[in-house]
Amino acid sequence: MRIELNGEQRELPQGATVADAVRASGAEDRGRGVAAALDGEVVPRSEWERIPLAEGRSVEVLAAIQGGAADANDFVVARSRGVRR
Amino acid sequence: MTLPRSDSWELGGREWSSRLIAGTGGFRSLEQMESALAASGAEIVTVALRRIDPDAKGSVLDLLDRLGLFALPNTAGCFTARDAVRTAQLAREAFGTDWIKLEVIGDDRTLYPDAVELLDAAETLVGDGFTVLPYTNDDPILARRLEEAGCAAVMPLGSPIGSGAGIRNPYNVAIIAERAAVPVVLDAGIGTASDAALAMELGCDAVMAASSIFGAEDPTAMARALRGAVEAGSAARRAGRIPRRTHAEASTPDEGLPELS
Repeated sequence: MRIELNGEQRELPQGATVADAVRASGAEDRGRGVAAALDGEVVPRSEWERIPLAEGRSVEVLAAIQGGAADANDFVVARSRGVRR
Repeated sequence: MTLPRSDSWELGGREWSSRLIAGTGGFRSLEQMESALAASGAEIVTVALRRIDPDAKGSVLDLLDRLGLFALPNTAGCFTARDAVRTAQLAREAFGTDWIKLEVIGDDRTLYPDAVELLDAAETLVGDGFTVLPYTNDDPILARRLEEAGCAAVMPLGSPIGSGAGIRNPYNVAIIAERAAVPVVLDAGIGTASDAALAMELGCDAVMAASSIFGAEDPTAMARALRGAVEAGSAARRAGRIPRRTHAEASTPDEGLPELS
């Protein structure tokens, strides 16, 4: 099935879960500091293995980066989904 | 300069000994960040969430853990309450903390907070159990509204983020500090040490510095300077400054002046 993973089209096997998408994003070895959203809704880590994906769904996998000054240039979930006024 | 350790303060129900909060963004390398953060003496440092980069070298969180620093996630880059709330929820999941430095900005050019969205997000997040630390305008009324909404602090800007223009409206910052029952952290606009000292002299409880450190020619040296400035400003505030006068007031007595003419 094709899903959108961090803004890119990716092919994942049938039956893939949020956990598979997290691994496909390259986050496999990271524990703390990673979060996932499915169609914009936060998926708690404890449910990654349990929540199935489906064709056309969108997964965002985010990780901690250095931050401090509001770096509004490279953005995430928020701007891709939010209504900008 | 060494000051008594007693100058601790409370934020979010925890006691902190450093009154300087540092950003972790913008450094040229993790080594440079480590050196500057160590020199700053900061205990709280801000981090952000972005799409994962599989090629990223080294984990910022691992480094902060090793340094024993508290990683405070922010919602940098959010323009609406809805985005900020969602980012905060993701941050809670990623960092295992319900503390959030709430930033809801109005436009890219000024990076000024959007007051309406900010208050909306603050109310939602407080209701959801977050410890909310909002980056806000230097507006005493908005600061009061954020405090009433249950925020754990207010973080007024001195001037636009990254501008290094210092504290453009010290009167407002002083009014905010005077009226707030929660800690006031001067956020944004610090350019150099004197700005940080002024923030403390105006009655702020702490100072947040990011661009002023990583953008300095020598970030580690500037971090050390800001640390000293925050300590000096805090000490001066506690010492109680003299009132400003228009005319001179002699500090040497007139009695006993000899007749020499």
